[in-house]
Amino acid sequence: MAVGPSATVTAAGLQAPAAPDAAGAAWRRLGRLKWGVGGAAVFLVVVLSAVLAPVISPHDPLSVDIRHRMVPPAWMDGGTREHLLGTDQIGRDLLSRVIWGGRVSLVVGVSAVLLSATIGVLFGLAAGYFAGQVDWSIMTLINVMLTFPFVLLALAVIAVLGPSVPNMITVLGVTGWPVYARIIRAETFALREREFVLAARALGMSHARIIFRQILPNLVSPIVVVATLQIAQVIILESFLSFLGLGVQPPTPAWGNMLGEGRVYMLNSWWIAAFPGLAIFITTLVINLMGNGLRDWLDPHMKL
Amino acid sequence: MRRYLVRQLVQLVVVILGISILAFSILHIIGDPVTLLLPQNAGKEEYVRYKHLMGLDQPIWIQYWKFATGAVQGDFGRSWYGNAPAFRLVVDRMPPTIYLTLAGLGVALLIALPLGVLAALKRHSFVDTLCTLLAVAGQAMPIFWLGIMLIIIFAVRLRLLPASGYGTWQNFIMPAFCLGAFLAPITMRLVRSGIIEVMNMEFIKTARAKGVAERMVVVKHAFRNACIPVITVLGLQFGQLLGGAFITETVFAWPGVATLTVDSIRNQDFPVVQCAVVLLALIIVIVNAFVDLLVGLIDPRIRAGA
Repeated sequence: MAVGPSATVTAAGLQAPAAPDAAGAAWRRLGRLKWGVGGAAVFLVVVLSAVLAPVISPHDPLSVDIRHRMVPPAWMDGGTREHLLGTDQIGRDLLSRVIWGGRVSLVVGVSAVLLSATIGVLFGLAAGYFAGQVDWSIMTLINVMLTFPFVLLALAVIAVLGPSVPNMITVLGVTGWPVYARIIRAETFALREREFVLAARALGMSHARIIFRQILPNLVSPIVVVATLQIAQVIILESFLSFLGLGVQPPTPAWGNMLGEGRVYMLNSWWIAAFPGLAIFITTLVINLMGNGLRDWLDPHMKL
Repeated sequence: MRRYLVRQLVQLVVVILGISILAFSILHIIGDPVTLLLPQNAGKEEYVRYKHLMGLDQPIWIQYWKFATGAVQGDFGRSWYGNAPAFRLVVDRMPPTIYLTLAGLGVALLIALPLGVLAALKRHSFVDTLCTLLAVAGQAMPIFWLGIMLIIIFAVRLRLLPASGYGTWQNFIMPAFCLGAFLAPITMRLVRSGIIEVMNMEFIKTARAKGVAERMVVVKHAFRNACIPVITVLGLQFGQLLGGAFITETVFAWPGVATLTVDSIRNQDFPVVQCAVVLLALIIVIVNAFVDLLVGLIDPRIRAGA
């Protein structure tokens, strides 16, 4: 592995603050990290509950009980302890459905992010390392992609491909890469003139070897941070597509389609729409906190 | 200045070309219009006949050329569903989308400017922490959920505002707030970091040394200079803003381009989808170019560099 400039940057960052403020800065940093750690802890709970859904969910998320439809949450009048968050329009247990719904969001979020990070990092490395015409072409492509609102592009492609989970992962993965490419390109630009890269080139290393063995290891921090933050964005987008009925199809529980179905009943039963949305909000919130914490921890000077 | 303009223009043309290729390939390369248009039980023979009839058996670049020359003249074909020109349908739905976007932008600035400035001037204070929390929460908020919650609270429970629809100023309040809440966090961060950066500059020290009142330093010197990065990024964010408007529209049944697009997707009406995608992207490109130009005019450093 190359001598890590990210390590030097961190070290410089630690030495830099003037003596009187150093303690205060350290405390503040710890204070910020506290949010990150808290976020990570809650995120772990979300992940575990999704993984353990078959074990922990009190009811079958698909079992219909028409006699107990639209039962309000336990703490309201008419609620029962049997259904803590109430039931939906055809009597399915809302808590169980919210727990199961997390599976889709997390699987889609993580897979799409892996896909788009891979594409984006490759494009970014190529643009930053080779510069010139390669850079120009890739930057043009990035500009075109970024011009489209992510939502619009994803919608248009889903419209043609038809809604399904694999299609959604492909679409979100393939349309999401410019974010990574832009950041990695800028970082690679800065690295390619550094001594260790010049030395590697002087030693006659192949381009591929320099890119993947010398440059890429130094870009792990920004990639991890951006990918973490992007999971939240992808989850929101996936939910939106499912909300419109263009994503995960009922009866499979997903936060988005539950929200879409619940919206019809918001006049009488607000909880059907409220809780799936709350689950999306909490999940993306803790992912963002975690991502920000990671950034502060890995490299407080990172400009993202 | 002329070189700057030429460079901007070349980039504009290239991006528009790219958009048209992307919009074309979504329907013609990823999907197959003939299978989408014909009924499921259509035979092989009919498939071939229709393919020929629609000119889809020609080489792909000829098809693209036809699409592009038509598009330049505002001809995106007829809607498969409503039998009206796709272009007309989309353009008719444009004004509500634009009004909503502007209203959302207004709300976002109304929230972000004062909070961002305050957070920058009183760093690490209560206001600053509050702003950071608000920004993090705002970024995680799915606006379609926020919209639904607003409807439940203000329309269903309190009966203060109409749940959906278009026409009166009351209709604007919830959608505009929703969209504003979507854009405000990032704008607030930008204003904050912009002001912090500017406040550390030499000319601020000079102004203070001259004895200019602190309020005037902030308003006249710092704020104006902090506006440049804010305008730039707001311009770049315009695409996101339209994307947000898109989401907001579908929640509040706003009769704009987004509702039309989603309906068209449900009806498999692809000329309309294609037309909406191209026109929205075009608007974004033009706004971006305009913002670049504006910033170049305000700040000579940008004209000279990059």
